[in-house]
Amino acid sequence: MRVERAINASVSVRDLSLNFGAVQVLQALNLDIAEGEFVVLLGPSGCGKSTLLNCIAGLLDITDGRIFIKGRNVTWEEPKDRGIGMVFQSYALYPQMSVEKNLSFGLRVARLPKDEIAQRIARAAEILQIEQLLQRKPAALSGGQRQRVAIGRALVRDVDVFLFDEPLSNLDAKLRSELRVEIKLLHRRLQNTMIYVTHDQIEAMTLADRIAVMRGGVIQQFDAPQAIYNRPVNRFVAGFLGSPAMNFLEGQVEKDGPYLRFAADGLSVPLSTYAFADGAPPAPGAAALGIRPEHVSLNSGDGWPFSAQAVVEVVEPMGSDTLVWLKLAGQKFSVRMSSERAPQAGDQVTIGFDPMRASLFDAAGDRL
Amino acid sequence: MVVRRVNARQHIDERSPMSESQTRPPSRLLRNLNAKIASIPMILTAVVVFAGGTAWTVLYSFTNSKLLPRLNFVGLDQYTRLWAAPRWLVSIENLLIYGVLSLIFSLVVGFVLAALLDQKIRFENTFRTIFLYPFALSFIVTGLVWQWLLNPEHGIQSVVRGLGWTSFSFDPLYNSEIVIYGILIAALWQGTGLVMCLMLAGLRGIDEDIWKAARVDGIPMWRTYLFIVIPMMRPVFVTTLVIIASGIVKVYDLVVAQTSGGPGIASEVPAKYVYDYMFFAQNLGQGFAASTMMLLSVVIVIVPWAYLEFGRRRRA
Amino acid sequence: MNIATKSPTIAADADGDTGPRGPKPKRTLSRRNIIVYGTLLVAAIYYLLPLYVMIVTSLKGMPEIRLGNIFSPPLEITFEPWIKAWSSACTGLNCDGLSRGFWNSVRITVPSVVLSIAIASVNGYALANWRFKGSEFFFTILIVGAFIPYQVMLYPIVIILREIGLYGSLSGLVIVHSIFGMPILTLLFRNYFTSMPEELFKAARVDGAGFWGIYLRIMLPMSLPIFVVAVIIQITGIWNDFLFGVVYTRPETYPMTVQLNNIVNSVQGVKEYNVNMAATLITGLVPLIVYFVSGKLFVRGIAAGAVKG
Repeated sequence: MRVERAINASVSVRDLSLNFGAVQVLQALNLDIAEGEFVVLLGPSGCGKSTLLNCIAGLLDITDGRIFIKGRNVTWEEPKDRGIGMVFQSYALYPQMSVEKNLSFGLRVARLPKDEIAQRIARAAEILQIEQLLQRKPAALSGGQRQRVAIGRALVRDVDVFLFDEPLSNLDAKLRSELRVEIKLLHRRLQNTMIYVTHDQIEAMTLADRIAVMRGGVIQQFDAPQAIYNRPVNRFVAGFLGSPAMNFLEGQVEKDGPYLRFAADGLSVPLSTYAFADGAPPAPGAAALGIRPEHVSLNSGDGWPFSAQAVVEVVEPMGSDTLVWLKLAGQKFSVRMSSERAPQAGDQVTIGFDPMRASLFDAAGDRL
Repeated sequence: MVVRRVNARQHIDERSPMSESQTRPPSRLLRNLNAKIASIPMILTAVVVFAGGTAWTVLYSFTNSKLLPRLNFVGLDQYTRLWAAPRWLVSIENLLIYGVLSLIFSLVVGFVLAALLDQKIRFENTFRTIFLYPFALSFIVTGLVWQWLLNPEHGIQSVVRGLGWTSFSFDPLYNSEIVIYGILIAALWQGTGLVMCLMLAGLRGIDEDIWKAARVDGIPMWRTYLFIVIPMMRPVFVTTLVIIASGIVKVYDLVVAQTSGGPGIASEVPAKYVYDYMFFAQNLGQGFAASTMMLLSVVIVIVPWAYLEFGRRRRA
Repeated sequence: MNIATKSPTIAADADGDTGPRGPKPKRTLSRRNIIVYGTLLVAAIYYLLPLYVMIVTSLKGMPEIRLGNIFSPPLEITFEPWIKAWSSACTGLNCDGLSRGFWNSVRITVPSVVLSIAIASVNGYALANWRFKGSEFFFTILIVGAFIPYQVMLYPIVIILREIGLYGSLSGLVIVHSIFGMPILTLLFRNYFTSMPEELFKAARVDGAGFWGIYLRIMLPMSLPIFVVAVIIQITGIWNDFLFGVVYTRPETYPMTVQLNNIVNSVQGVKEYNVNMAATLITGLVPLIVYFVSGKLFVRGIAAGAVKG
C-alpha cells in the first residue's frame, strides 16, 4: 500500500493537471473528500469546476496526476468502472426511451438479471416518488420530473459517489429551491459521497458540508460554508460569496501606537480586535478592508469600535430588507438593514461596525 | 443498503484487477480503438482515393501514357500539346463564358426570386416547389428536354414562326456561335432553384428588427435590400458562389445530353475533353494533363475563398 | 403641458367621429402585388413549361408532333410512346427499352444508399463524439476532396477497382458512389451529432455503453430525421448520376441515365420524339416522386449541402 493512498477518503485527487493544448485548465490540483461528505465545487464559469468533475467521472482524459475513488486508483478506468453516478444540467435523458428504460439502460448494458433491475428501479422510483411516471417519455415530463429521473439514473447504479453537474441550473427559481431541499434529504437518507458543481452560492451554502471555491483551475479555499463566508482566504473568495457583495475599502495598514490601524482617506479603523491570519500582525502597507453589508449598522448609536459619517446616495428596497448605498472615504459602500428604519437618499447618517467581523487583504489579495 | 454498496464495490474490483498495481497507461494506439476501426473507410477514402488519386493523376500528367499509364516522363509536353489543341481552347472559352454568365444569372435570378418569395406572399410553398423541382432531375433529363424545346423544326422557333413572325430565329443548339447560351438556359433552369433556396434561407436568417428599423426610418425597400440586407448576407453569397463555381467546373452530363459537344466542337467543355481522351482517344497522358488543369482552376477559386473564410475566422 | 394643449383636438376628433379608424384598408391589386405576383407567375411558367412539354409530347403520336406545335395539348392521347420507351426502345443492338436500365439503377441505388449512409453516419459519429489524434486531419482531406473535380480521380479509381476485381461490376459502382457521397454525408452527420447535447453522450458513457452501444442504442434512434435527409440526397444524387455510370459499368449494367442518353441521342433510325420524351419522363420520375413526397426535407438536404462551404 502506497503512501498516497488516502484510506479514509472517498474521493481523492492528487496533483491533477489538465491542459487543452497550451491552455492550463487545471493546475496540480489536490482534493480529499471524506466518505459520505457533500462537497460543492463553486466558482464562476470557466473556473474549471465542471472540468474537474468530468475528470473525476472519467469523461475527460487528464494530463497528469491521479484520481482515487474508495482508495482505488481509477485514473485510467472507464467511467462505468469507477463506481460513480452522474446527474447533468440538461438532464441528458435518452429521449426515445421511457423513464423506466432510461433508468435501466446502464443496468441492461451491464447485463444484470431482470429481477435485480426491476428491484433497483422500484427502489429508486420510491425514493424519488416517480413511480407513476415510469412509462412516460422524457418529453412528457416537467423540468423537475426530468431532473428526478436523472437523479434516479444515478441512484439505480448503486454507486459509491454521486456527481452532480449544475443539476438545477435549467430550472426556474421556485423549483430550484424545492429540489435543493430534496437533494439534501436524499443525501441524508443515502449517506453517499456527493460532489456537486454549481455557480450558485446559495445552493453551495445550503447543501455543502464543505465548499471548494475555484478560480482559474485552482482551488482557492476548501472549507465549511460558514468558515468560507466569515473568513475568506482571499479577496476573490470574499467577493464571490455573499449577495449583495462585500464592501471593499482601499487604503493601507499603519502603525497606531502598540496596535495597527486601517486608514483610508480620512478614515481610521482600529485593528486591535482584528484576528490576523498568521496570529501575528503584518508589516504596514497597502491593503483593502472588506466588510459585509449586513455587518454594518446604521444610526444605531455609539459603542461601535469604528464609526463614521456618510451621505446616503441611493436606497434600494428589497422586500424583507433594504440596501443603502453610501459614499465612504470617497468609495462606494453598502449597508443592509431592516426596511422600517431605512433613511432617504440625501440623509446624513452614521455608520458603525466591529473590525473583528471585517476581512483585511494585502495588495496581492491574500487575507491578512 | 450499506451492505449492498460494499457488494457492488467488490464486484467492480473483481472485474478490474488493476487497482493499485496499474503503472502504464493503456497503449495510445489502442485507446479509442473502435472509433479508429470505424473510421477506416473514411481514412482510406481521404488518403488513398482523394489525396493519392489526385497526386497520381498529377504525376502521370507528365508522362506520355497512351493506352496504359506508364511512368515515362516527358516534362510539360502534354501541357504544351493541350494548350495548342483547338478543341481544348474552345472548351476553356466555353467554360469561361458559361461560368461567368451562370454565376451572374443564377445569383441575380436566385436572389430576386428569393426576395419575392420573402414578401409574405400567398402560395409561397407552391412557388418554391415549382422553382426547385428541376434541381431534383438529372442533367441528362434536363439536357434532353431542352434539346427538344430548342429544336428548330418543332420547338420554340417553329412555334413563334407559326404565330406569324416567320423570320424569327432561335436555334442555339444548331448555331456554333451561340450554342453555349443554349446550354446556359438549360443549366439555369435546373440550378437557379437551388440558389433561390440558399438565398431564401439567408433572408430568413436576417433579424426581423432590421426590417422594422428600416421601415421606421422610412428607407425604401430596394435600398434596404441593396445597402443593408445584401451586405449582411455576405457569407451566404460566398457559400453560394463556391457551390455554383465547383458545379460549373464539373459540367459534363448536360453537354453530353444536349449537344454531345456539337455542332462540331462548338460546345465542348473541359470535363468532356478529359473523358474523351481518357476513355476514347486512348491518350491517357493528355487526359491527365487536362484534368490537372481542371484541378488547378478549382484551386484558383477555392484557395482565396478558404483563406478569406477561415483565415478571418481564426483571427476573430 | 403638452398633453394639456393637445387634448382638446383629440377630443374633437373623437367626438366628430372623423379620421381613420379600425383596420387599415388593404388593396389586393396594389402596384406592389401586381409586380410581385406577376414576376413570380412568369418565372413559374418558365420552370413549368419544360415539364408540360415533356408530358404533352409523350402523349402524342408522331404525325401529330410533326404537324402541330409542341405546346398544344394532344388531340388524341396515346400511351404507346410510354410502352415503347419502357419495353422496346433501342440502344445499339438490344431493344428491350428503358426497363433494363431502370432495374440496373435500382440495383445500383439501393445498396449505394445503404452503404454510403452506413459508412458516413458512423464516420460522422466518430468525428463528433470520439475524436482521436488525426481524425480532424482526415476529415479535412475528405472535405477538400469534395471540391476536387471528379475527372482528376476517375482513372486512379479505375485502377483500384481493377486491382480488387470489381471494375465494370455493379459492386464497383456502389463503392464509387459510397466514396463520392462520403464528404457531404459525413459532414451532414458530423454536424448533426455535434449539435446533439454532449451530456447525453456522457450519460451513456457513465451508464457503461461503448462506441457501438451508444451509436446503435442512443444516437441512431434520435437521428431518424437526418437519416431521411441523407436518404433523399443519396437517392436523387445516385439515380441522377451519369458520369460514374458510364465510366465504371459495362453496357449491360448501364444505369438508367446512361441508357436514356443512348436511346435519345442514338443516330440510327428516325427520331421518335414522343418516345424520347416518355423515356425522359420515366427517368425523371423517381427523383421527382422523391422530391414531391419529401417536400421540406428535400430543402433541408439542400441547406445541409450548403454547409459544405
